[in-house]
Amino acid sequence: MTQSIAVQDLSVWFGRHQVLKNVSLYAKPKEVTALIGPSGCGKTTLLRCINRLHDLYSNATIHGKIMVGTENILGVNIDPVELRRRVGMIFQKPNPFPHLSIFENVAAGLRLHGLACGRAAAERVEACLRKAALWEEVKDSLDRPGIMLSGGQQQRLCIARALAIEPAVFLMDEPCASLDPVSTMRIEELIKELREDYTVIIVTHNMQQAARISQQTAFVLNGELVEAGPTAEMFIAAKDDRTEAYLTGQMG
Amino acid sequence: MAATKQTTRPQNGEGVFPYLTAAAAALILLLTGSILLVVLWGAWPAWQAFGPAFLATSVWDPVQNLYGAIPAVFGTLVTSLIALALAGPLGIGTAIFLSELAPPWLKKPASFTVELLAAVPSVVFGLWGLFVLAPWFRVGPGQFLETNLGFLPLFQGPSLGIGVLTAGLVLAMMILPTITAISREVIRAVPQELREAMFALGSTRWEMIAKVVLPTGKVGITGALLLGLGRSFGEAIAVTMVIGNANLIPSSLLAPAQTIASLIVNEFPEAFDLQLSALLLLGLLLFIITLAVNMIAVWLVQRTTQGIPSSQEKRPVKRRTLRRFFSNGQ
Amino acid sequence: MASKKLRKATGYLLEFACLLSALLVMLTLCLILYYIFRRGIAAVNIPFLTSLPTPVGEPGGGIGNALIGSAIMVGIGSLLAIPFGILAAIYLDQNPKSKLAAATRFANRVLTGIPSLIIGLFVFTVLVLRTGNYSALAGGIALAVMMIPIITLSAEEMLRLVPNSWREASLALGASKKQTVLMLVLPAATGGLVVGIMLAVALAAGQTAPVLLTALTSRFWLENLQQPAASLPVLIYTYASSPFPDWQEQAWGAALVLVTTILALNVAAQLFIAVRNRRL
Repeated sequence: MTQSIAVQDLSVWFGRHQVLKNVSLYAKPKEVTALIGPSGCGKTTLLRCINRLHDLYSNATIHGKIMVGTENILGVNIDPVELRRRVGMIFQKPNPFPHLSIFENVAAGLRLHGLACGRAAAERVEACLRKAALWEEVKDSLDRPGIMLSGGQQQRLCIARALAIEPAVFLMDEPCASLDPVSTMRIEELIKELREDYTVIIVTHNMQQAARISQQTAFVLNGELVEAGPTAEMFIAAKDDRTEAYLTGQMG
Repeated sequence: MAATKQTTRPQNGEGVFPYLTAAAAALILLLTGSILLVVLWGAWPAWQAFGPAFLATSVWDPVQNLYGAIPAVFGTLVTSLIALALAGPLGIGTAIFLSELAPPWLKKPASFTVELLAAVPSVVFGLWGLFVLAPWFRVGPGQFLETNLGFLPLFQGPSLGIGVLTAGLVLAMMILPTITAISREVIRAVPQELREAMFALGSTRWEMIAKVVLPTGKVGITGALLLGLGRSFGEAIAVTMVIGNANLIPSSLLAPAQTIASLIVNEFPEAFDLQLSALLLLGLLLFIITLAVNMIAVWLVQRTTQGIPSSQEKRPVKRRTLRRFFSNGQ
Repeated sequence: MASKKLRKATGYLLEFACLLSALLVMLTLCLILYYIFRRGIAAVNIPFLTSLPTPVGEPGGGIGNALIGSAIMVGIGSLLAIPFGILAAIYLDQNPKSKLAAATRFANRVLTGIPSLIIGLFVFTVLVLRTGNYSALAGGIALAVMMIPIITLSAEEMLRLVPNSWREASLALGASKKQTVLMLVLPAATGGLVVGIMLAVALAAGQTAPVLLTALTSRFWLENLQQPAASLPVLIYTYASSPFPDWQEQAWGAALVLVTTILALNVAAQLFIAVRNRRL
């Protein structure tokens, strides 16, 4: 089920403005790959290419290949709707559906794809909430609106929602950016557990976070992938001066 | 001396200006209050003469000075509900198209077309309804209904062209821009990250609209429909021109009828004494109903457009559009 | 997989329905404009725009007095409503949290929420019934009552767009509040004010019911403001409701003139906004 992600020579333009330049990156299965870099460097754009969210905005031009497993997901014969089913995404700001209960938030994907209903759905929802370490906190209030939860709980709810449709890979766009330190820690624990079953790519501002949770780190600057390698090595001795400068706080 | 005077003057020398602005604000308050009071005062004699029975009788006879509101109220409700039934789905569909489906280059001109339709004066809708829509309706859909569904009392002929259904059609055209524009603003207020969340779960565009946009905007869209309804309640001239002005409870949707507004327009110029008062009592009724509907509607819309947390990608609601279509005047 | 195809097909079908409803809305506008133009253009010429109506059956006859009447009544409405609305908006802007401001905002809401017919009833009862005659002045006042809330609300919004830092800079230079408002805030908001006024004028010019109940109509030139006055919308209404083909023809002509004016004001306002947005 778990698949690798290989980005090959990816270039992206918004209108005439090029935001990614010939980026190549390989994310191994069952590993966390962290994308770091200053704001606006293109790391979120890279992430959003992997589930083709840019298709929703007509001004994006994308060249290159992204292999998920053995399939080039930028190919013309790929249906983005089908692709997104296989790629779970967690956003910067927790975004549970405000009109749905906690239960229905998690079940949203199941309902969409007709994956489970009745008892089966209830079991699935419970399993996902347990996996997202939220079950104990919400098991008595499954009927309450998802937005009643705290920010950290909302983000775990979103993770449970993504888990429910059993994606092959997980994309996370600064999932802790709007959370307090305690919630951040819980999400980080969760990511470490997810690693055992999924390929995870996470965008983060926070270098310590990258160091804590990732096996591989990639440094993006002005749309270029400056350097990618095992996290431990990179944080000890970056190969590129620019990476070194960024990691030691002399930049951005 | 002169120098000291000049330096001190601007500090406390605002003159009458603050009073002038406050007076203008107070006058608006006064104006609104006096509209209600004047209509109330004018309607008082009729209320004394008929009391609640005014709302429960259907005779409207200026010769015998007997007045009952049922036919006019009935006509108002039926025409407005027909209009809402027609314009509601169309308006919401158009709003979805304008905000979710249309290619970016088309959005602005298409939305502007909707605003232009709103700018067409009531009397022009009436003129068009009377000379273009009604003759077409008489031989087209009206004739069809009469021939094929005439056995139902609802569609009993003869098909005259003018009548309840035609008035409903004209009203529908008139409230379409309101429903469309407000629904569009409500839909725009749905945060982009909710859309993306649904897409990320693997939904098609329509599933995203049906499961995220419409449920999130439900309250505001209800408000948009109510605003349309309120507008059609108060619409006077266009309806007067196409409804046929028969002051009785219509037996069929093809028959002529009367609304509160059309009755006032028709009889006001020649009315005096008790008849005038009865018309003002109808006016008061219209005042209260439209005001209540409008207030609830505006509250619902604002709850949605202001209540949804602002999105990452800012899509500010166009306050100008909201303000414009909150207005009942046309 | 079949269910996925079904999901997509349903989606496309419903999206197509949305497209159709949008087309229908556009079609409505096009149909109205098409007929107004086609049937109106035959009636419109210079004498039509400048002469008095003639009795039924007599050839010629125009809408000159209705044009003047409309212009004068909208003019009176604007003269009353613009300063009034802007002053009230300045008050709301300067004292946003006072009780009077809250009450005034509510009153404005009420005013915009009631049908124009009611405003006609009000002015009729207060002025026409008192003085015993319909008049251009009463018509203008009725239009002013319609315009006031619109101008106040849009002006308040425009004033609010002027950044506070500018005001503070002006006050810091020693200008009084009044000077700040008159010399800085109002000029900065002029563009938006003009747009609001144009739209209010367009709305007032198309009103029938309030004018019918207050100024009635007239077949003569307006000589003073105490007389009943003709206006374009009322003329269209009465001519269209008449059984005479040549009057009906003239109603179309008058509608063409009215619609052109109102749409021109709307387009101008839109262009104004577009140009201003580009400059910012």
